[in-house]
Amino acid sequence: MAIISTAGLARSFSTKRGTVDAVRGIDLTVRAGEILGLLGPNGAGKTTTLRMLTTLLAPTGGAATVAGFDLVREPARVRRRIGYVAQAGGVDPQLSVREELITQARLYRLTKAEAALRAEELAHDLDLSDLLDRACVTLSGGQRRRLDIAMGLTHHPEVLFLDEPTTGLDPGSRAGLWDLVRRVRDEHGTTVVLTTHYLDEADELSDRLVVVDRGVVAAEGTPAALKSEYGGSPGASLQDTFLAITGRAPAPDDAIPVAV
Amino acid sequence: MSPLPSSLLSDTALIFGRYARQTLSSKFQVLFGVLMPLLFLFFFGPLLTDLPLDPKTDSWQILVPGLLLQLALLGASFAGFSLLIEKQTGVLERMRVTPVSRPALLLGRVLRDAALFVFQAVLLVLAALVMGLRAPLGGVLVGFAFVGVLAAALASLSYALAMNVSTPQEFGPVINALTMPAMLLSGLVLPMTLAPGWLDLLSHLVPLRFLVDAVRAGYVGDYASAAMLYGVLTAAALAALSLTVGARVFRGADA
Ligand SMILES: Nc1ncnc2c1ncn2[C@@H]1O[C@H](COP(=O)(O)OP(=O)(O)OP(=O)(O)O)[C@@H](O)[C@H]1O
Ligand SMILES: [Mg+2]
Repeated sequence: MAIISTAGLARSFSTKRGTVDAVRGIDLTVRAGEILGLLGPNGAGKTTTLRMLTTLLAPTGGAATVAGFDLVREPARVRRRIGYVAQAGGVDPQLSVREELITQARLYRLTKAEAALRAEELAHDLDLSDLLDRACVTLSGGQRRRLDIAMGLTHHPEVLFLDEPTTGLDPGSRAGLWDLVRRVRDEHGTTVVLTTHYLDEADELSDRLVVVDRGVVAAEGTPAALKSEYGGSPGASLQDTFLAITGRAPAPDDAIPVAV
Repeated sequence: MSPLPSSLLSDTALIFGRYARQTLSSKFQVLFGVLMPLLFLFFFGPLLTDLPLDPKTDSWQILVPGLLLQLALLGASFAGFSLLIEKQTGVLERMRVTPVSRPALLLGRVLRDAALFVFQAVLLVLAALVMGLRAPLGGVLVGFAFVGVLAAALASLSYALAMNVSTPQEFGPVINALTMPAMLLSGLVLPMTLAPGWLDLLSHLVPLRFLVDAVRAGYVGDYASAAMLYGVLTAAALAALSLTVGARVFRGADA
């Protein structure tokens, strides 16, 4: 059964220099329990798509249902069933890890006692127990990202949206995060939609990939199917496949820096 | 689908608690807010003591109401800065993605601001009492109520503006451009009764003028005056309008 389905989902922004069509029409179907990787060059519209699917941004075109409810008509019901971890996270640097976890649980309407318990539980699951009374600003990048994800998991969401969850993490922390995402899906049947610029990550973690380019879906399928179709053979690298689909490298940041 | 009304109250309490704790943890911020009006009190107040501002009134009874509202004006107008920071850190979006009541995200913050500025107003009045202020208790309490209402109204507008801009560079100049004339034209520092006719007339276009006149009336025990009536009506209208605007902006899907 589809837990997310969108038809022609679109969003444009009017700016001083005219209209920006950030997302021009996304058709997407995600099955419950699936891990879906969203790939695409910088500015392709990945974050804008996620912000629409999480009710933060009103679509200017198309329609979508998420976790069984219409995005536009019943945003409050959608919100209760989804978790979102933004590209930039979302904790107050001055507050303690515990305070943020408890507030988050309270925002999801847990009682004080339940919230305190849930904070301990999440800290235990995400290996943050020793950090509970530290200010968020003192956490390392990997610890911060684990906290961000803990915040998104507070209410056992049916669908978890992760925007570039592993950007800036060292290889060990990234592998740790991959395990975490798989564990959440395996233990709770959570559907995960994540964006990434790391092709190995997309390959390793996703059941299915959707490549977004210039605000539309340019290709979709399992990593193996995409490689056969666009890369020339099932053994093709995802890098070559990605280039064939978009005509560009995944992100300028990934390019080898030019010596100056 | 709007959430149940009961969640508005509990969510507001939750948001209020979060920001109140944050304020309490920075004592510096709380005390710094009273610094400027205190400077006025210490270094400007004595200049007025022997001036014949109003034959029936002691000059402290004119100056202190002005300083109280100035405190609320200059403090609450900049409340939106904290929201801009929370937009940058992603805290705002993280909250907006939860089922929390949208108006509660505004109301909780606004109530914290009102409480903060009333607290600062109490400190200011205590200092003024030491300097020589004498005023009826009822009037002093009325003054605190006006500070609370004005702070809530202005903070609400300030948050609404902050929701609609993305950088402090867009936010600061607008607030400065609005607060300076409001301060000068409303007669916060010296009463407009001293002003030439045209300036007095112009000042009646600034809502704050009616508020400060009402608090000054309260400070001399003139509770049943026209000034008090107009002040109460203006404050109520300003608060209703500002909270409506604020709530609408916070409810909007995109802000
Ligand atoms: N609020 C906004 N106002 C104007 N334009 C915007 C706004 N938000 C996004 N855009 C534009 O929409 C396009 C898509 O942006 P989006 O952030 O969705 O890309 P992305 O795929 O997430 O990119 P990245 O990989 O760099 O994170 C970009 O051209 C961006 O500049
Ligand atoms: Mg992005």
